[in-house]
Amino acid sequence: MSTSYAPLAGLPRERASVFDPPPVYRRLQASDPVSPLTFPDGRAGWLVTRYDDVRALLADPRMSSRRSLGANPIRLVPEELKPFLAPQPGQFIGLDPPEHTRYRRLLTGQFTVRRMNALQPRVTEIVDEHLRARKDAGAPADLVSSFALPVPSLVICELLGVPYVDRAEFQQRSRLLLSLTSEGPELLRARGEFRAYMLELVRAKRAAPGEDLLSGLVHLQGPDRLDDEELINIGLLLLIAGHETTANMLGLGTFALLQHPAELERLRADPALVNGAVEELLRYLTIVQFGLVRVATEDVVAGGRTISKGDAVVLSLPAANRDPAHFPDPDRLDLGREHAGHVAFGHGVHQCLGQQLARVEMHVGFTRLLAALPGLRLAVPAEQVRLRDEMFIYGVEALPVTWAEAA
Amino acid sequence: MRVVIDRDLCQGAGMCALTAPAVFDQSEEDGRVVVLDDEPAPALEEAVTRAAQLCPNGVISLLGGSAGALATGASPV
Repeated sequence: MSTSYAPLAGLPRERASVFDPPPVYRRLQASDPVSPLTFPDGRAGWLVTRYDDVRALLADPRMSSRRSLGANPIRLVPEELKPFLAPQPGQFIGLDPPEHTRYRRLLTGQFTVRRMNALQPRVTEIVDEHLRARKDAGAPADLVSSFALPVPSLVICELLGVPYVDRAEFQQRSRLLLSLTSEGPELLRARGEFRAYMLELVRAKRAAPGEDLLSGLVHLQGPDRLDDEELINIGLLLLIAGHETTANMLGLGTFALLQHPAELERLRADPALVNGAVEELLRYLTIVQFGLVRVATEDVVAGGRTISKGDAVVLSLPAANRDPAHFPDPDRLDLGREHAGHVAFGHGVHQCLGQQLARVEMHVGFTRLLAALPGLRLAVPAEQVRLRDEMFIYGVEALPVTWAEAA
Repeated sequence: MRVVIDRDLCQGAGMCALTAPAVFDQSEEDGRVVVLDDEPAPALEEAVTRAAQLCPNGVISLLGGSAGALATGASPV
């Protein structure tokens, strides 16, 4: 039987080390895997930490995404944003089937394994251009601003048809929206500006369509037709998700490799390891650091507890991906690990739409990075690498590196 | 081994096409699973079983096979 603890007051966030989730998760997995959690707004909820429970609940149709929008386990939702917590048309991550299904089906054909593999040559060009420019400028360099962020930003811009010249603005806005420390008024302003920007883009595509994904969506007809509100929400979702996530995996992933030199050498010596290496980095780092929230639409039993109808539940992806019951020696970064179904991209109907694009970007990104910059190493002590622990997506703010320049 | 799918459950994540590309593809139209070979050769069974386990929506069921077992994506990995 599980021991009863007083409910956790808010989601535990204290990491003991850079790459590992808060150690309290391991204790909860053993003693209280579905553990009471009081949200900052006082609502009662649960924190789920075991792999099997997290996976089962993410696949459970009784667990609603639609009803989870106001349930923030980290901070109080600023008053200014409360009017926008109702489900938005097109914002499919906050919808349930069948509404969710409709949008998802309009998009999945654009993100298939085959289509994403077909982008590989262009992704390689983009990666190589950035690495060459960095190399020409000489060491040392910040790998985030020169590589990890611009590569996925440019890729998603080309795919969606968003002008890359606008990157400073959209990178700044999406950063603000994903930060835990943004104040209500600035969140409201960023949201408004971002929506106005996307509406303008939608109108431009309507007037003069291109070959891009957004143009394709703007010009859907018949039952598939999308209105401006839907297009704005879909466009913003894809733009934000498309660069923040992969950017942080490239930055934090490189940091992790540099801190595990034997694994780095293993990958350098055998580039064919890269597919497994990317899956292992996804598991090990799980940058969606606070997990996913769902709300029960009826009573659901999990881990010996009854989650009551209306309860909010945090499904901890970082904890699940370090569950010793599923991943032997889970805290070890092992690039040769047997691929055992991590949940870094989630699970169930909402599993990441862009995951195959992310894989291509990471396969190419890590492979070319190691080939282009021999002797890659940190240019500062590891303790000085600034972490994005105040962001919904974990990562490094900057990664100062140096390398062996050719004689 | 026989591959049976429930296409209505499919959300086009692509784990099957990534894991066992000789057996699974995705529709150009909506990204949903297309079975290329519903009686895969024994050499492919391991990858097909893996694909069924990795499917986030329990779309793929496997009947029979060399192990004589029933595997389904809905069961835990």
